[in-house]
Amino acid sequence: MRGMRGRLLLLGGALCVVAATAQAEEVKRGGTVVIHMVSEQGVLNPALRASTGVYQISGKIMEPLIDKTYDGYVGVLATEWSSSKDGKAITFKLREGVKWHDGKPFTCDDVAFTAMNLWKKLLNYSTTLQANLEAVDCPTPHTAVFKYSKPMPLELLVAAMPDLGHPVPKHLYEGTDILKNPYNQKPVGTGPFKFVEYKRGEYIIAERNKDYWRGKQYPYLDRVIWRFIPDKAAAAAALEAGEIHESGFNGISMEDMVRLSKDPRFDVGSKGFENNVAHSTVEFNLRNPILADIRVRQAIYHALDIDFALKTIMRGYGKPGRGPIPSTAGANYTDNVPTYAYDLDKAKALLDEAGYKPDANGIRFKLKHRPAPWGEYTQLWGEYYAQALKKIGIAVELVTNDAPGFLNGVYRDHDFDTANGWHQFRADPAVSTTVWLRSGAPVGTAWSNQFGYKSDKMDGLIDAAAAELDPAKRADLYHQVQKLEMTDLPVIFAIEHPFLAITSKKLKNHHNTPRWDSSSWYDLWLDQ
Amino acid sequence: MSLPVPPLLTYTVRRVVQAIPIIILIMIGSFLLIKLAPGDTVDALVGDMGGADPAFIARLRAEYGLDESVMVQLWRYMLKLAQFDFGWSYVYEQPVITVLMSRIGNTMLLMASSLAMAFTFGVALGAIAARRAYSWTDNMISTLGLVFYAMPSFFLSLLLILIFSVKLGWLPVGGIRTIGAFKTGWADVADVARHLVMPTAALSLIYLAFYMRLMRTSVLEVMDLDFVRTARAKGAGGARLMFHHVMRNALLPVVTLLGLQFSTVLGGSVIVETIFSLPGIGQLAYTSVVKRDLNTLMGIIAISSIIVVIVNVVTDLVYAWLDPRIELK
Repeated sequence: MRGMRGRLLLLGGALCVVAATAQAEEVKRGGTVVIHMVSEQGVLNPALRASTGVYQISGKIMEPLIDKTYDGYVGVLATEWSSSKDGKAITFKLREGVKWHDGKPFTCDDVAFTAMNLWKKLLNYSTTLQANLEAVDCPTPHTAVFKYSKPMPLELLVAAMPDLGHPVPKHLYEGTDILKNPYNQKPVGTGPFKFVEYKRGEYIIAERNKDYWRGKQYPYLDRVIWRFIPDKAAAAAALEAGEIHESGFNGISMEDMVRLSKDPRFDVGSKGFENNVAHSTVEFNLRNPILADIRVRQAIYHALDIDFALKTIMRGYGKPGRGPIPSTAGANYTDNVPTYAYDLDKAKALLDEAGYKPDANGIRFKLKHRPAPWGEYTQLWGEYYAQALKKIGIAVELVTNDAPGFLNGVYRDHDFDTANGWHQFRADPAVSTTVWLRSGAPVGTAWSNQFGYKSDKMDGLIDAAAAELDPAKRADLYHQVQKLEMTDLPVIFAIEHPFLAITSKKLKNHHNTPRWDSSSWYDLWLDQ
Repeated sequence: MSLPVPPLLTYTVRRVVQAIPIIILIMIGSFLLIKLAPGDTVDALVGDMGGADPAFIARLRAEYGLDESVMVQLWRYMLKLAQFDFGWSYVYEQPVITVLMSRIGNTMLLMASSLAMAFTFGVALGAIAARRAYSWTDNMISTLGLVFYAMPSFFLSLLLILIFSVKLGWLPVGGIRTIGAFKTGWADVADVARHLVMPTAALSLIYLAFYMRLMRTSVLEVMDLDFVRTARAKGAGGARLMFHHVMRNALLPVVTLLGLQFSTVLGGSVIVETIFSLPGIGQLAYTSVVKRDLNTLMGIIAISSIIVVIVNVVTDLVYAWLDPRIELK
């Protein structure tokens, strides 16, 4: 029950009580669970595409070396991990007796092949993480030694593994064009469910793996089906009609979410998304001389009523942001940073001081703002931002585009004064801080320093933290990163919010890990 | 001695040949139009993934041939198209032709059932309304038509879902088949039909209103013509007068509209297919635009323009059959 207590401490609330009573019930076997997906996935190989949409499906079929639970990191295909003193060799003990779905044994060869050919060369984000990986040795069939040219913090690698540590079967990939390999669309893994069929535009089916390594009793379900329903209102109707059991990652509108949260048939909440926390942001283009003035950026922060936005847009699911690292990041997070309370008078005074007095119409200057098209939160937050700034005499013109248009306008052409989007935090601060705040990323890279922010101090801190092996010193460096970001304000990490899921109460053991929608669901069962 | 070629055949062949430059122009125009939209499929993919490093993005672009100039891309695409190669969809990771073929059946089924329903009921109701012009029946039918006409299809779709799926539980919310039921034979046909009831209704009601209004006016007009009076004078009454003399003439404008509207129904299916998550061409077109899946989108445009050209030719042929005075030249 240690895990149960941890969870109660972490979150509290009725949901946990429900989960606790559910565990006491007798497990029922069998049944088919139907899951809502908003958009299609072309690639179902998590070693090729690091994205929650891919994990949601392939996470049931392919497993990572390590997963994250409420008790911390636990081994899945790895059982133990350790680092050499200099941090240049990291050893994984691999689980024995695990078989791929086609019957071949899982060994270190698979890990070595995947690490060198996919994680290092092809997998987004992982190519940065594994840039210094030189070789993976296999002293025994179930020992993998990762050799790095520069020290690799064990903590960083372990934190990355749940997302970026899925091995593929070497015997199906070796000697093929990996990107065009047909198994990218019909994955073969070691997980509790075997891939059956992908009917484009309709569904994906996976069925029970009878030889699952955790034991004959797992998984409890016979089958998992993912249904593609692009229309959010139709998805909410399908939930109500009982045709689907779960919709994660804010798959239905907030209006329906709030309405159905009062329906006794459903659980609605952010539990199970602690690993997928995102920030709603305001991003500045520091190439604009007005915005290059720190007083203007501070004034804008003071003009934002974060609590109001939290209540109306996120319906209370979230909290004010405190820099690039969210509160779920454990020791690497700190509360001790400069903050900017809602204060219109102070905001106006700061703008006056910066020399931007209102004209006859009460307007100080104009800004071109691009809200990201990532759904309800970003659109409404962009609209709120425009209204809020009007109160301090800044006229905001909203320029709305779809995803490719937005990404190009902001990241490649820098054709914006301010923008708002969200930044999804990736388990460990190393990747996230480098991507967002370190200077030197080539122009056009999505989610990379679009602000034009360059600070030698920040670059130094990020580099030092990435190579620091001592967890305590590392955490301290990340606290400094947070403080510096909250002082320099190249971007306002205004609101920290997890994603939300709506789940039929017929599902038991649901959302019991911090990355549940991406996890394997070996212990999920259906009460019917 | 040359073989007499039937005029119908020469006409059809000539029309089809004339259509080829039109289709080529449509393809070039669409290609350039799509290229005008900011961002490409790699941007959309990276957006979906939540970011990627620059090397990854550059590699994808090179692989997809997106690093070339637009004109080179267009030339390559048209060369491939000339060999009936629609290319590769990077979103579905399948050849475009495979993606299209798996969808087109569903769209055709939806369009055929919707148009058939709209045409049959529209014509029948319109004729009845005209026969009883300005009576209670006429007013009832006309009001109903106005309601259908004014109701946007997305609203009607959601309304139908709310009533028949959520509240009554009679019909499935969406999809084309019950997933995981693996029905075969007639059970499968019945299953598909059940899934098509609401989409067909949502798509057809607005067109039904069109045809009804037009048929009513048309019948009223034809009934006043001299040949109808002549027919009546020579003793043709009731049903024969209506079906043989009036309807056949009154149908001409309705058939024109049917031919013209075929393409708008294709457009309307985008909304209906998206809401009912029907895996058809309309839904595919929508996701292809969002994901900048150029090859798939171009494939859809090519198929759609071919369909529209065929329908137009067929419409003209039906004209000639309905009214022998019209000559096929």
